[in-house]
Amino acid sequence: MGRDIDIEVRHLTRVEGHGNIYLNARSGKVEKVLWEVDEAPRFFEAMVRGKSYHQLSHITSRICGICSISHSLASLKATEAAMGVEISKQTELLRRLALYGENLQSHTLHVGYLVAPDLLGAGSVIPLVKTAKEAVVKIVGLHRTANMLSEAICGRATHPITLEVGGFTEIPTERALLGMREELENAKGVCTDVAGVVLAHADRLPDFTRETEFIALTNDENYAFYDGDLGSTDGGRWPVEEYLSITNEYVVPHSTAKYTRHNRESYMVGALARFNLNHAMLSKEAMEVAGMFGLKPVCHNPFMNNVAQLVEIMDSLVDSIGIIDELLDRGLEEESGEIEVRAGRGVGAVHAPRGLLIHDYTIDGLGNCTKANCIIPTNQNHANIQKDMEEITLT
Amino acid sequence: MKPRVAFFDFASCEGCQLQVINLEEKILDLIDVVEVVSFREAMKESSDDYDIAFVEGSIMRPMDEERLKRIRKNARILVALGACACIGGVNRLRNEWSVDEVKKEVYDEADIEGNRLFDVFPTKAVDEVVDVDFRIPGCPINREEFAKVVAHLAIGKEPRLPSYPVCVECKKNENICVFELGKFCLGPVTRAGCNAICPTHGDGCEGCRGYLDDPRMEAAKDVLRKYGVSFDEMMKRFNMFNYRKGAI
Repeated sequence: MGRDIDIEVRHLTRVEGHGNIYLNARSGKVEKVLWEVDEAPRFFEAMVRGKSYHQLSHITSRICGICSISHSLASLKATEAAMGVEISKQTELLRRLALYGENLQSHTLHVGYLVAPDLLGAGSVIPLVKTAKEAVVKIVGLHRTANMLSEAICGRATHPITLEVGGFTEIPTERALLGMREELENAKGVCTDVAGVVLAHADRLPDFTRETEFIALTNDENYAFYDGDLGSTDGGRWPVEEYLSITNEYVVPHSTAKYTRHNRESYMVGALARFNLNHAMLSKEAMEVAGMFGLKPVCHNPFMNNVAQLVEIMDSLVDSIGIIDELLDRGLEEESGEIEVRAGRGVGAVHAPRGLLIHDYTIDGLGNCTKANCIIPTNQNHANIQKDMEEITLT
Repeated sequence: MKPRVAFFDFASCEGCQLQVINLEEKILDLIDVVEVVSFREAMKESSDDYDIAFVEGSIMRPMDEERLKRIRKNARILVALGACACIGGVNRLRNEWSVDEVKKEVYDEADIEGNRLFDVFPTKAVDEVVDVDFRIPGCPINREEFAKVVAHLAIGKEPRLPSYPVCVECKKNENICVFELGKFCLGPVTRAGCNAICPTHGDGCEGCRGYLDDPRMEAAKDVLRKYGVSFDEMMKRFNMFNYRKGAI
């Protein structure tokens, strides 16, 4: 017996950003499934025109509150590439730490605050304070540690202050880094505990698979976050400057966010994409977390993105400790260098917590931006979410 | 009875609501004094029965205006949260161009004519559409200040913002004036309350908390001229969060 179903979810909750879901079925046959993104467009690519090179990262960090550090860094990398500005090894190491701080914060927020209530059968984290206090305290503690790392490097966890073209307005003290190292070391145990809580309820993660393409930065040195080429699980590796032939943005009438496609109808970016492409670069501790859940590449279940985030929380903790050791070993130095304004075009790509993020700027001889293009991770996932919803409603 | 509190967002990065979450353990104290009934970013439950509405973001479209007016009707107290809501913030930078021009730049030839999702007018702050009772400025908001405002409202006291410039807090932090470091700063004309966080970390104030009620713009421009800042550069900095407010 087929049923008539009409579902309309307005203002989808426990997500950053705005989306609505529509589903209509007649006599058991699905007629329409639609993922609508009705968020007001903000026109960042238009508004940065004419702005000075040193303002660009400060303006574009405001695209995303949760991933303001990766927007700043993609912006700075694009600006530096356009003007031919070199950065020091110390700056690169500190920037990688900043990205890890953000990744830890965002993943903990996602798994702990947004997803855990579903696993534990609550509407939000607030009632969990009563029913699962121990788990909540751990999640909050991990979230605080993550923000402390971002604040130690960037001056502020959201909309970083110290990141600037060519380097930093201020660098952390060795003492601050030592204190941070201890926090991160303790957080590894907390991460395992939180993974344990998720594992105990992992049967609630839907067993759903739809084969798709995964795209992420990839390099031969580490689990790519700050740098790399573009890679695909369908095969292929391209320099980031060729991103336009990978992302192929297009506009659909039911979304103010642009969609993208590459080899197939859709592709996915984010923690699962990175895991699928770069798992060989993960630390032993992170692979242990993957092992707890039996997560293996290439995994095509989008719900396992939550597990990939747990794996990355551990990896970000381990790698951050390694970077702090390297920084302390080298000794921190105040650096200063004059920035020379030069005309050019530059592409900067980093991994935001939710996936591949690209900024592309053209800068004129006065140091003003004349053209900008930003490719946002979430936008690259919209077509994939739509295709997943179409498939899941058939089952 | 604990006051019932709801959070709403319009065009923004949602970073101000994130600061509420970033209160970490202090959120537990907060939910002791207020009842959170709607917080889409973090809660599944929602209700139209609330006393205090916190509104983040700028207003871009007729459909957003309608929603904001409904919120205003439901709320006894409406608080604008963050620069986008209070003054338009960086969202207002696009008002330098016409709506058609920025649409063309971003969406190019795509067919969006007559589509309500894309039907934008020049960016407005929340108080250009409805009455605002209180403001928590900043980009992002200072979470300590947010907690203080909530505590005030919970006991029926009127929250007040500092009426002095960022320089006062900067001096208290014993910072070297960033002008002396060869940098640009809007501290002298910007409302304090952020504990001078940017100059304290070696960057100039960008004016995200909005100007003082009676800013000494001419004096500020004199200082900038003294340090050799060009008019063009000055305007770009003044405009970043406060597009065409005061300085022109």
